[in-house]
Amino acid sequence: MTEKPFNNRAWLMVAPVFALVLFSALLPMMTVVNYSVQDSLGQNQFFWNGDAWFRDLLNPSTEIGARFADALLRNLSFSLVALAIEVPLGIAVALSLPRGGWAVGPVLVVIALPMLIPWNVVGTIWQIFSRADIGLFGAALTGLGLHYNVTQEPISAWCTIVVIDVWHWTPLVILLTYAGLRAIPDAFYQAARIDAASRWATFVNIELPKLQKVLVIVVLLRFMQTFMIYTEPFVVTGGGPGSATTFLSIDLVKIALGQVDLGPAAAMSLVYNLITLTLCWIFFTIMMQLDRRRYA
Amino acid sequence: MARITLDGIAHRYDTRSQSAALKRLNHVWQHGRAYALLGPSGCGKTTLLNIISGLIMPSEGRVLFDEKDVTQLPTERRNIAQVFQFPVIYDTMSVAENLAFPLKNRGIDRRAVKARVAEVADLLGLTRDLSRRARNLTAEAKQRVSLGRGLVRSDVAAILFDEPLTVIDPSLKWQLRSKLKAVHRALDLLMIYVTHDQVEALTFADEVVVMKDGSVLQVATPTRLFEQPEHTFVGYFIGSPGMNLVAAEVDGHVAHVAGQAIELGARYPKLAAGSTKLGFRPDYTFLVADGSGVPVQIRRMEDLGRRRLARVALGPHEIFATVPHDVPIAGEQAHLAIRQDRLFVYAHDELVSGDRR
Repeated sequence: MTEKPFNNRAWLMVAPVFALVLFSALLPMMTVVNYSVQDSLGQNQFFWNGDAWFRDLLNPSTEIGARFADALLRNLSFSLVALAIEVPLGIAVALSLPRGGWAVGPVLVVIALPMLIPWNVVGTIWQIFSRADIGLFGAALTGLGLHYNVTQEPISAWCTIVVIDVWHWTPLVILLTYAGLRAIPDAFYQAARIDAASRWATFVNIELPKLQKVLVIVVLLRFMQTFMIYTEPFVVTGGGPGSATTFLSIDLVKIALGQVDLGPAAAMSLVYNLITLTLCWIFFTIMMQLDRRRYA
Repeated sequence: MARITLDGIAHRYDTRSQSAALKRLNHVWQHGRAYALLGPSGCGKTTLLNIISGLIMPSEGRVLFDEKDVTQLPTERRNIAQVFQFPVIYDTMSVAENLAFPLKNRGIDRRAVKARVAEVADLLGLTRDLSRRARNLTAEAKQRVSLGRGLVRSDVAAILFDEPLTVIDPSLKWQLRSKLKAVHRALDLLMIYVTHDQVEALTFADEVVVMKDGSVLQVATPTRLFEQPEHTFVGYFIGSPGMNLVAAEVDGHVAHVAGQAIELGARYPKLAAGSTKLGFRPDYTFLVADGSGVPVQIRRMEDLGRRRLARVALGPHEIFATVPHDVPIAGEQAHLAIRQDRLFVYAHDELVSGDRR
């Protein structure tokens, strides 16, 4: 038997990364965990509260539980609506982009522009854009006789937030899908032509299956981002009218920084985090399973 | 029945560029024959194939199927099947669905489709895999599926192959190749097979079309390509090692190579040095022991098992010659004998025929 040499100095190489992760993620996370099991009456005095915050949060009959359940529902429906619009729209646009030639560069840049604008700037742009008096969008809709008012009509507010997200992030779907489409060899299209496949049959039998991996990434990214939406409702609607656009993140900030209820806020952010993780895991598993079952 | 006629076909990908991907070409592809398009990468083989299948519209000329002008017809309306370099299969479908797809798209009755699919699967040895997902097959079986998608259409007049063995495991190549030959025998179709591998071309085809830089250099049977190349490139490209080509000055019955006179066995007009070459295959060039012939220096001997080859120098030229088993080789000096009926003269790379009287 040969003696395997041990050299634990290699750990030194990992130490900087470990320290970085510790300070950037683990320690802040642990403070949150710490807050979530304590209560405070101010003056920086804390006492043990066990899992009471969590039980309140997950019980819809309590005040905070009801708030949480409502916001969670809003988040889920927002993500669902945004994905249902952005993914098909992005694929449709990617399919109609030019495949080559001088136009590709300029077109891609123009499409990517919205993504380069910071969230709060997007919010500010739309806050003005959607006003009925001086905003082009708002004025146009009002001029058409529609009942559009972001600050008073829940439906207007909702639609505006959805439109903002679609405008801001469909480009990501387009670019990723376009890249995926470009990776399909020409021979597949040529074979489809020889087989007299219709445009739709080509899409369903060649393009969609080859895009599967890209679409998993697209759906995950867009789900995570839409589920964590904060800035747009914060700037444009302030969570209103009433609590119509009060999403989890908005409510979280209200509880933590507005009411300084650190315990409930900490419990809420942990549960929020776990829900995001779990949903992503479920998405990923389902899409991969679909893939495997289809080709089994 | 179908005969495909290329009438003055030429193609350039970029209308402004001077270089043509395919130079003006006339050729008739006869029904029931197997052709190979042979040439180095970028010589225009695939362009020519895509013009026939209609994936590319030629810049000039006409494509005729029998007497019908199909130049403007799109691929799906020509009776053509094409097999590509990489297996193209529909991932989401089973083998049977893959095979049925071209028929389904053409609105053919379901029962007829089923019968035809079974027939083709039987021909290609795919019957046992019909219900399997096409994606899980080996590359070789996938190529058979893509060939099958071409064959199911009963109206198919020609099958075009674009280097179909590229991604096939070497040990399986012969299987697919013999399958192709069997299909050809069974169905009496026109087949055109693009390849850059001469062994593939020579074993597959009744006739080989040798191409280089967008032009066709020679169309002939494999034997004729070997025995009488009409272009220096054909001589060099076919055979391993290729034809010996040496610069020469030709006058009447004699060629002068590096100061040595070589008898030609035929009478030629006076051809100037510089553009004139003498071509002879290593297979018909022998080292001799008796001191007759052209004196050369031996550079290296190569024992290939079945035959021995010598690399010899004649002035500045390097020549491959066969060493007969009964010829003992000693020292660095030797003499060369070349079969006169296998000795060719090329001017500007084109074969010049001499007067053999």
